[in-house]
This record gives sequence, C-alpha cells and structure tokens, in this order.
Amino acid sequence: MSVIEVANLTKYYGKARGIVDVSFSEEEGEIFGFIGPNGAGKSTTIRLLLSLIHPTSGSARVFGKDVVAHGPEIRRDIGYLPSEVYYYEGMKVIDLLKYSASFYHRDCTRRIRELSETMELEMHRRISDLSYGNKKKVGIVQGLLHSPRLLFLDEPTSGLDPLMQRRFFDLIREENARGVTIFFSSHILGEVQRLCSRVGIIREGSIVEISDIRTLQQNNYKKVRVTADGLNVASFDLPGATNVQAENGTVHFFFKGDINTVLQRLNGIRVEDVTIEEPTLEEIFMHYYE
Amino acid sequence: MMSANIYAHEFRTRLRSVIIWSLAVMAIVFYFSFFSVFADQAALMNQMLERFPPQLRAAFGLDAMDLSTVLGFYSFIFLFVQLCLAIQAGNYGFGLVSIEESELTADFLLSKPVSRTQVLTSKLLAALTSLTITNLIVWVSSFVAISLFRGDREYDTRTLLLLLLSIVIFQLFFLSVGLVISVLVKRVRSVTPYSLGLGFGAYVLSAFSGILGDVKLELITPFKHLDPARIVRDGAYDTPLVLINVTVSVIALAASYWLYVRRDIPAVS
Repeated sequence: MSVIEVANLTKYYGKARGIVDVSFSEEEGEIFGFIGPNGAGKSTTIRLLLSLIHPTSGSARVFGKDVVAHGPEIRRDIGYLPSEVYYYEGMKVIDLLKYSASFYHRDCTRRIRELSETMELEMHRRISDLSYGNKKKVGIVQGLLHSPRLLFLDEPTSGLDPLMQRRFFDLIREENARGVTIFFSSHILGEVQRLCSRVGIIREGSIVEISDIRTLQQNNYKKVRVTADGLNVASFDLPGATNVQAENGTVHFFFKGDINTVLQRLNGIRVEDVTIEEPTLEEIFMHYYE
Repeated sequence: MMSANIYAHEFRTRLRSVIIWSLAVMAIVFYFSFFSVFADQAALMNQMLERFPPQLRAAFGLDAMDLSTVLGFYSFIFLFVQLCLAIQAGNYGFGLVSIEESELTADFLLSKPVSRTQVLTSKLLAALTSLTITNLIVWVSSFVAISLFRGDREYDTRTLLLLLLSIVIFQLFFLSVGLVISVLVKRVRSVTPYSLGLGFGAYVLSAFSGILGDVKLELITPFKHLDPARIVRDGAYDTPLVLINVTVSVIALAASYWLYVRRDIPAVS
C-alpha cells in the first residue's frame, strides 16, 4: 500500500518557485530518502504534505486521503521533525512534551521517558536555555512520542554530535523495523545511503531522478586527487575517469567503475598525497545531469 | 470545534499580560478618588476649562462633560480606560496567530491533528477569556471607586451599566480588527507597534473628529461609536454607530477565519 502518493504537485510562492510538477510515491514500511541541495524544494514538499502550505496545483495523498481535505485526520499518525526547531521559549522541556502529547488520544508518558533517556534529554530545563543540539533532541522526542505510522524527518542530523547521530539512526531503524514509514530529507548523501532503500533527487524544484539506492551507488562517482612529481593529464588515462585536470603537480578527476584500476595505477607512482572521496551532491548533479 | 489543550496553553501564555493590564486599568479607574476635589470646586474647574482652547476641550470630550457630576467625571476617566483596553485587545488580536509565526512555533502547532478552524476558535476563546478578566476588573473597581469616593452625590446606575457593558463590544472590535489585519499581511514582525498604532490611531481620529466637528470620522472609530461622554449625556447608546461597530467586528472575524484556513504558514528563511 502506498503511504504517500504525490501527483504533479506544484507550489509557487507568488512568483517564486517552490516545487514544480513533483510526482512520487512511498510504500508502507519504506525509508525514502529525499535529497537535494538547500533551496531545492525539500521542505516545501514536506510542508505541503503536512498542509502547512497549500498546493498551487496537483495533489497529494497520505494514507490514501487527500492532504488538503483530511489534514487533521492524517496528522494523527504523522510525526514531524522540522529542519529548524523552534518551541515555546518559556516552557520547560517536560511541559512542551506533555503539551505535544495532549494532542493525541493515547498515553505517551512511557514513550516520552524512553525516548528522552535514549537521547539524554534533560526534562526540567527551559527551552530558552537549550543549545541548538538539545533543541533538536526535543524535536526528535516530540516527533516520536505518539508512535506515529509515518515520520517526516527534514534534515534531522544537523546540530547533533556524532554519538547522538548514531543513536538517532538506531532509533529510526527500530521504528522502521516496527513498520513505520520514513520520509527522510537531507542534503548529505552519506547519511541517506546509510539509511534509505530508495531515493528521490530533487533539484531546483523538480525531481530529477528516483532510484533504488543500489543503482545509485553503482553509478556513483568517486573524486580522486593525487599529488606527485611529474604527473600530467595522461597519467590517468583510464576507462571511467572523467574531467581529468592537472595543476601544479596535482591531478584530480572523477572516477566511475572498479576503484581497483585506480589503485593499481597509483601503485607505480611515488605519491606525496592522495585522497579518494565521495563527490559532493553538487558535483554529482553536475556530472550526472550535464 | 475547540481544543481544550490549546485553550489552556493560550490562556496560560497570556496570564501575566492580563494581570498587568488589569492592574493598569484598575489604577486608572481609581483616579476617581480625585472626584470630591473636582466636585467641590466645580465652579473653579469650569472657569479653568473655559480658558482652555476649545479644540483641546473637544479633543478630550470635555465640551460634553460636566466634571462636577459622578458620571461626568467617571466618563472622563473612562476614556483612558478605553484607550488601555483598545491597546490590550489590539495586542491580543495582532498576536493571536502571528506570534506563533514570527517565533516559528506555528509548525509545531499546525502539524498536530487539529484543524485551522479549531486552532483559531480555541485561541479566540482564550483571548476573550483574558479580555473578560480585565473587563470584570474594570466593573469591580468602578463600583468600588464610585461608592467610596462619590461622597453624597447621586448617579444613575443604569447609565453606568451602559458604559460598562460597552466594554465587551469595544474589546471585540480591537481583537477582531487586529486579528484580520495580522492575517491580511504576510508577516507581523512585532505586535506592539501595530496595536499601539491601531489603538492610538483610533483615539486620535476620534479626537480630531471632535476638533474639526467632522461627522464622517465618527463612522470609523470605536471611540466615537461608544463615546462615553455621549452615553452619559444621552443615557443611551447611539444605536446606528454601535451597529456599525458590531458589524465591522463580525465581518473582521469571518474574514479572519476565511483567510487563516487558507493561509500558507511562512517557513524559516
């Protein structure tokens, strides 16, 4: 069963582009990664699905119901962690969580305790005294406390230290194992690859690709940079190497294919420095869609 | 139609402000303690007033007031109570939904399983409760102040009731007009300038209307719709003006619902 069905969804803010003609669907129990640079329309899509904003044209259904007509009903089973977390500054953490729980007709006390222990959240501090990372933790607990069936995570890891990021990912995997559907928006390719089974890539308001994470990884480019004496463009005349450029004894290029061929070539060179890294999303966009 | 939890949250958020405003209007009402001084020296008072420029007297409605009577003096004070109530109600109206948007908590609230109509109704009822508390404080302190300081002078209780009953109409006007303006504009960055502008603006219009003797201005300002000096003088409301006032409030409320349900909640930018 499709939990999210988006059909030709378009949103303009006056004349400014939000998203244009976006269509995709997400199946129950899936972790769907939604990646794209800042300003591509990721938050716009999520805010449309939550009816925080209204579509210019097109439609969206969640749990099989139209988001504009059945918003309150749909939101009963949705958890939302916004990219920027803002809460009532004068409230204590525990009071905010209780207020949040009061919107759902079930007892959330135990879940609040479990979640805040996992995320090491101090319950009796004032929201205004919290650091950004701690506010983000409040956001996580707030988004999960009512055991939603669908989770919207909008850039969830920003502001979390690596340890907390790992706990958070474990938490998301646990939720997913219980059957929760997850919509994961991010501009960090690595974390999407770690977690998601399928991804949609959005750029300048339009979906450019929806694919299985495996396919994407197989097609993935590596960014290689080698510094050594006497290198030139011809040194890396390999199948799969593109955009080879040399400057001041450093050669850099993108490589797609079996990375061992690069390593073998490097074997014959006395290198000063070498890096092989994931290209940034921008670079992927440039080389995928030129 | 309304959510008890939003109502309670809203009411609690505004509690401090309600206490402060209530103390402020109470302090103003207790200026009535100077009544005996004014009343005893009514002749002197009237002489002094005559030396004031007529425009100034008109601006404060003093031309229609007799400060030597209980309600004449009370209605002079009541004008300043009205000014306070206007700013307070305007404040609550402008801030009702815009504060959540400028402090970016609207995403939290509106991603909960509640409809916009429910949110607005709960918020409106909470604001009305807050305003009613201040209203009741005016009632109580007025009765106490008058009975303590009126000396042996009589007054018409019915007219006093008319004045006090006008408060709720007056508050509703500024609450709903503030609200509709806040949902008409894209973003209210700070509530206070708006509510001060609306409150003082309406007051100044009414004062100018007194100075210029221009009838048309009476049509748009609640300070004329519910002019205390005139209510005391006539012992009655000016029904057509009160009807205009109530109509504006009702239209503003209906428009607010219509706009808020369709509103795009601005995101962090």
